[in-house]
Amino acid sequence: MRKNTSFSALLLLFALLLLWQLGAMGMDAAYILPSPVQVLVRLWQLRVPLFTAHLPATLLCTGIGLVISIVLGLLLAVLMDISPTAEKMLYPVIIASQTIPTTALAPLFVLWFGYTIWSKVLVTILITFFPIAITVFDGFRSVHTDMADLLQTFGAGEKEIFFKLKVPAALPYFFSAIKMAIPLSIIGAAIGEWLGAQAGLGYFSRRMMTQLDGAGVFAPIVLLSIVAMAAVGIVSWLERKIIHWRGDL
Amino acid sequence: MLEFENVSFRYEGADFDILDQISFHIAPGEFVSILGPSGCGKSTIFRLICQLLPRMAGTIKAGGQEITGRRGYCGYMPQRDLLFPWRTVAANLRLPLELRGGMSKGQMEQYTAQALEAVGLGGWGSKRPAELSGGMRQRAAFARTLLTGSDLLLLDEPFSALDFLTRITMQEWLLEQWKQKTILFITHDVEEAIFLSGRVLVIENMPIQRLVSFDVPAGYPRTRACLSDPAMLTLRENLITRLRKGAQ
Repeated sequence: MRKNTSFSALLLLFALLLLWQLGAMGMDAAYILPSPVQVLVRLWQLRVPLFTAHLPATLLCTGIGLVISIVLGLLLAVLMDISPTAEKMLYPVIIASQTIPTTALAPLFVLWFGYTIWSKVLVTILITFFPIAITVFDGFRSVHTDMADLLQTFGAGEKEIFFKLKVPAALPYFFSAIKMAIPLSIIGAAIGEWLGAQAGLGYFSRRMMTQLDGAGVFAPIVLLSIVAMAAVGIVSWLERKIIHWRGDL
Repeated sequence: MLEFENVSFRYEGADFDILDQISFHIAPGEFVSILGPSGCGKSTIFRLICQLLPRMAGTIKAGGQEITGRRGYCGYMPQRDLLFPWRTVAANLRLPLELRGGMSKGQMEQYTAQALEAVGLGGWGSKRPAELSGGMRQRAAFARTLLTGSDLLLLDEPFSALDFLTRITMQEWLLEQWKQKTILFITHDVEEAIFLSGRVLVIENMPIQRLVSFDVPAGYPRTRACLSDPAMLTLRENLITRLRKGAQ
């Protein structure tokens, strides 16, 4: 079944790439729509600056942003779970934070932090902490009341119920949140770099745009997608290893 | 062992007391079933004993002492086995011991292994709950209830989700396991109540205003053959008639 699913996904991907290739060949204007083959060729030509300077810069920004987002998201989720007052205060603010147009704020961050990594990290955090906080909080709330009641009859207090029941029950939600957060953190870092940076895949893509190098614009984007897919793949593998009981819930 | 004196309870938002000044006594070592139709409030009685719900009036005593503020005076087994899927079977059984505290890991493992052996699950401790059949899961849940160390066991329709054959096997198995403990058993199955119990408390109406007690005319040990005894058949018909009358 799993093999069939992978095969179907590959088939669809191949069909889309073929469509893109045919469309680009038909249009014959590489500065607007380069073909997948042209993008791959450009990726190979630009491999040295992309892999030695810009990819590490983006990964550093993504990594720092993601770690801070995980810590912040978990803290908010725990706080909202243990205190109904905190939930009433924080939940609307967290939702409101997602209505802020990040791309409009990002130049302001550059003004505050200059071209340092922190302006990009801030964009990443702003985009990424939300799914973690909300999804993990939902995980805590998903706990079966009768399981908590049972623990209570065994003499468990709030602390024991949290560690013995809520934390394990929220693990599948945590992994789902991380899988959502990884692509978002990469997008956040790229947006930050696009709007103001001295290195990074977002910055590089923008530089290629000014040179009307269509394939050069797409090459770092393809690289970003590959990195995001690989990271999500690793997290999915970890998820399968750690919460093998997911289907038993 | 357990005393209910004029206990009343009303759910938030309801305009009547689901329990209206209920009184009953369970002697040490008794096996008593509470019999009533689904949804009549049988489980509410257990939730009050476990202090999962706050009673509005009356007193509940376990072992001669008021239960308020006490822990560990009863072991509760809910309808669903509620085995935690992230824990192995043995780790599930260890839960009450971990929460009671004061035991080394070695002691906990020893008690857990003994409990698993006692319920015929020796060698299954390292398995995941999902690897067990419905009957085995209920036996594991029963072993977990025994490990609370309490002399009063509250079993809330523990076999109702099982298929017929497994259910009657589990009923026979429960009688074999019943040693010295006081058991209060909730069921809506008349046959199950009279096969297992020494006494049946019947809920005739809702809201619950009184529980009518019936002695079961059979001693222990028992086999299913006793259910064909004329006195048992008369009791069965009597209980069904009372339940039907209450439902009308």
